Amino acid sequence: MDSEAIEKAIRRMAHEIVERHESPSRIVLAGIPTRGVEVARRLADHIEKIEGVRPYLGTLDISMHRDDLSTRGKVTALEVTDLPVDLDNRPLVLVDDVFFTGRTTRAALDALASFGRPSTIQRAVLVDRGHRELPIRADYVGKNLPTAREEKIRVRFENLDGTPDSVVVIKP
Amino acid sequence: MSTWTRKDLTGLDDLSAAEITFLLDTARAFKGVGNRNLKKVPALRGKTLVNFFVEPSTRTRTSFEVAAMRLSADVVNISATASSLQKGETLKDTALNLQALQADIIVLRHSSPGSPQFLAGRLDSSIINAGDGAHEHPTQGLLDIFTIREKFGRIEGLHIAIVGDILFSRVARSNIFGLLKLGAKVTLVGPSTLVPKSFEKLGVRVTHRIDDILGDVDVVNLLRIQHERQRKEYFPGLGEYVSLFGLTKARAAKLKPSCLIMHPGPINRGVEIDSDIADGDQSVILEQVTNGIAVRMAVLYSCAGGAGVPA
Repeated sequence: MDSEAIEKAIRRMAHEIVERHESPSRIVLAGIPTRGVEVARRLADHIEKIEGVRPYLGTLDISMHRDDLSTRGKVTALEVTDLPVDLDNRPLVLVDDVFFTGRTTRAALDALASFGRPSTIQRAVLVDRGHRELPIRADYVGKNLPTAREEKIRVRFENLDGTPDSVVVIKP
Repeated sequence: MSTWTRKDLTGLDDLSAAEITFLLDTARAFKGVGNRNLKKVPALRGKTLVNFFVEPSTRTRTSFEVAAMRLSADVVNISATASSLQKGETLKDTALNLQALQADIIVLRHSSPGSPQFLAGRLDSSIINAGDGAHEHPTQGLLDIFTIREKFGRIEGLHIAIVGDILFSRVARSNIFGLLKLGAKVTLVGPSTLVPKSFEKLGVRVTHRIDDILGDVDVVNLLRIQHERQRKEYFPGLGEYVSLFGLTKARAAKLKPSCLIMHPGPINRGVEIDSDIADGDQSVILEQVTNGIAVRMAVLYSCAGGAGVPA
């Protein structure tokens, strides 16, 4: 995907999110670091253009809720979780760049439970690459990208990485 | 992206600036857990942590205990009097028994410098140093540095005074190692018996006159006068100490308004610090306690996760 395709996919997802929510100003878009936060920010920009109101934007670090701490062998830096508003009875959309095994989503659902009780939790992803290991699905998908298990997906955003927006499948 | 691959934390002297920064950043993320509705995350679910305190301690042990519980670990406390060390068992044998009990993490406080290092090399469990003699107390050093960084947004270029009983202080040593690695300027202040000039070899400045530095420092970290460790010949007497080194109201008035006043506790009101000053606006003494939980969560989390690396 090039920057135009990414832009189009995010815009379409923004429309879908708006269609399925009565009052978009109450939505919380919670991005999973690092690039999920950027996808969430872009979704918020589009929703603001469409509806004239901006949804709440938050960051949800799920590292401390994962179940594979002792098998990873190394620990990577954690981001500060920042949810700008009480989640109780609000619709929440969990945003990430790549949807893979579903384990991140499971950890995120667990993490969210310690902050409050959203009325609904939905899942928006820029790329769905398949290979789910848990009974979890996405509500909004930018692009379905069939991959082999051992392949990797590399997402780059110009404002974070200094290279043009792109989604590339990397062969092992 | 920075990563952590150690199973143990024995001292800040062993760590690189990047590793110290990693722990501080991780602690920042964990600090938020204390403000949630549900102050608990499952990261160490199913792990067993043993607080093995051969020297008495309440606050450090409690802080580790709270940190471990917030990470969902199971905690067992063993104190000196309850342990078999009293019955003549060696430290190594006691520790091997703890490992045989399948402790994943052992938090050790011991009067012998180097004892955490000794166990770290011999056990598969993660060893966290909670104070070894007069050597290091890395989590206290980290929480002090975390508190400073939280207030100023940086460590580099700050001038930090550590005042009091430096000679016997593991807190001072961990602070010195950590602060210097992150680019701070450190001045040690105290009587020449407790702050010998030889400390300058570490890269710090030493002065015996607190009044010379009050107007220049960004932080004063006052160490507790450890009555229990003092020998008469080192120490002038409490009255004389207060008049020469105590942070009295008159001295506090000479500090920059932005200067932080810190103390690892427990404070001796009227000795190291005037009672009103300890409760004043510049004092962050109680914030240090709260930050201690976050820092210890970060250390436990990182060492438990880093333990998976084959050596």
